[in-house]
Amino acid sequence: MPLLEVNKLSISFVQYVKGSVQQRITVVDELDFAINEGEIVAVVGASGSGKSLLAHAIMGILPKNVETTGSILYGGELLDEKLLRRHRGREIALVPQSISFLDPLMRVGKQLHTRADGEVQDKERDSLFERFQLGKHVARLFPFQLSGGMARKVLVSTAALGRTRLIIADEPTPGMHPDDVAEALGRFKQLAEGGCAVLFITHDIEAALRIADKVAVFYAGEAIELAAADDFKGQGERLRHPYTKALWRALPQNGFEPITGTQPARSSDVQGCLFAARCSSYAEDCKTKRPESREVRGGMVRCLHAT
Amino acid sequence: MINGIMVFAGKKLIRLAALLASVSIITFALVAMSPIDPVQSYIGADVMRVGAEQRQEIAAYWGLDRPFPERFIKWTSALLQGDMGTSMIYREPVTHVIAERFMHSALLMAFAWLLSGVIGFIAGVAAAMRKDSWLDRLIKSYCYTLASTPSFWIGLLLMMIFAVWLGWLPVGMGVPAGVLAENVTWADRLRHMVMPVLTLSVVGIAPIALHTRQKLIDVMDSDFILFAKARGERGLGLLLRHGLRNIALPAITLQFASFGELFGGAVLAEQVFSYPGLGQATVEAGLRGDVPLLMGLVLCSTLFVFTGNALADYFYRMVDPRLRYRKEERA
Repeated sequence: MPLLEVNKLSISFVQYVKGSVQQRITVVDELDFAINEGEIVAVVGASGSGKSLLAHAIMGILPKNVETTGSILYGGELLDEKLLRRHRGREIALVPQSISFLDPLMRVGKQLHTRADGEVQDKERDSLFERFQLGKHVARLFPFQLSGGMARKVLVSTAALGRTRLIIADEPTPGMHPDDVAEALGRFKQLAEGGCAVLFITHDIEAALRIADKVAVFYAGEAIELAAADDFKGQGERLRHPYTKALWRALPQNGFEPITGTQPARSSDVQGCLFAARCSSYAEDCKTKRPESREVRGGMVRCLHAT
Repeated sequence: MINGIMVFAGKKLIRLAALLASVSIITFALVAMSPIDPVQSYIGADVMRVGAEQRQEIAAYWGLDRPFPERFIKWTSALLQGDMGTSMIYREPVTHVIAERFMHSALLMAFAWLLSGVIGFIAGVAAAMRKDSWLDRLIKSYCYTLASTPSFWIGLLLMMIFAVWLGWLPVGMGVPAGVLAENVTWADRLRHMVMPVLTLSVVGIAPIALHTRQKLIDVMDSDFILFAKARGERGLGLLLRHGLRNIALPAITLQFASFGELFGGAVLAEQVFSYPGLGQATVEAGLRGDVPLLMGLVLCSTLFVFTGNALADYFYRMVDPRLRYRKEERA
């Protein structure tokens, strides 16, 4: 049984356009995935593809005007508010994406400690500080005094990792020194080997591939492909979706071929495939027919023509 | 730390000196240009019995016949020696009048200030925590109504209800009429203070409650509250740990910057309740052209308002480390 199972999760919110006309904006659409204990699943996608909202949905901290459908199971149980209250900050830890997630008026050291913490967690954070070569004085600083790299390390240290079973890391590495990225990735890998499940949200495919077992690629709120990390090889022949292939080939070591166009904004009246306008293997039916997710060669893909 | 306070205080003192100097000049000029003739208002009802020559003598006695710059310089040099002159209407040194009045007003304003600050802050927090509930709507409508109500009108209303209809509280003044000064008890003084205090604080609650409410709503929407929730904090603990400090800034600004409004409100409230405070003395001094007293009062209130703002500036630095340290500084 997977530790975390996300079934047909959709996240949408209602927006007022022009006075009283409501418009429903879907930001995550019918997402399915699962993470087993000891597994690292990377969620890769451009900014605005709905990655952070996925993290917030799992933590149950979405704003009130947001509606979700579908279900999230944790250890086979429905992860509702009651279960979340028991596990938030304990078994399930979020590593947030920027320094704005720390209280600007409180010293870093004091913030690392939560009410659920005991001596073990404090010691663990101290040792994390040492590993990251953050001096003791850092605990006495306020968030605004931290440099970008220091901030990332502090944010990773907020997860008291020993008791954690599921880590949701929302863009934990950008801005870090490459050595520190390696250290942070190493920590996640080590945790996974110890039985922890890690959801690694990032736009850095390379970092993701270094530790992930599976990679979910997001495009405009849809998971368009779920592939094993091993599929990212060569010219991307084993990849299924044209977007994933394009992403892979855009990397400097794989040809450095950019893809034109931008990710579309989501609204309720989308017909056909969201990627159609930028797709290299575009066909006539892509404009009208919405691709459903289907299994291809042991992975999942949302494309009419993928083989 | 001590060094920092000294620098802070030094800068503030220089500003205060400049402010007092310019306020003195402007007030003096305004009084000199005002249509109220001090001799006329001094004579008052005796106008028929005082001839033109006597008037000139009175004017000469007070130095009113001298040119404006000369009068100002004379007043300033006396002030620098600690002499604020003699009040024309009270026939007492200005310092005495102000000291006595200040005691009454200070107590009145302190009570009103504390009440409105504490109640306003709590009401704002409560409204924000229960946003869009009936409690929020109640507090909001109270604030909007009160924010658009003049304080003297509230004073009259309170007077009608509690003094005239119910007869629970005295209509006005600082102490009961017809009682010897040594027989006046503290209970008497407090009873006379209730309505002016209520008037002032009822009006003062609105801005602080509304600002606190809005700020707390903003803070509760912020990333760091989201993260605190993701770490299992919630409810009152979350508010105490991350909310209060972050909403303290606007509350402090308003509360200390309201010294000016408090003084202005006190002028009206004291007038309505014939309460013998600084506010009433200011009105008297202005209407009857009592220049020494008016100047003294203006300087006093300037000092008062300035102190309020300086305190707010100081508390900012206490509350918000971003104002205390620069980025590279290590605490």
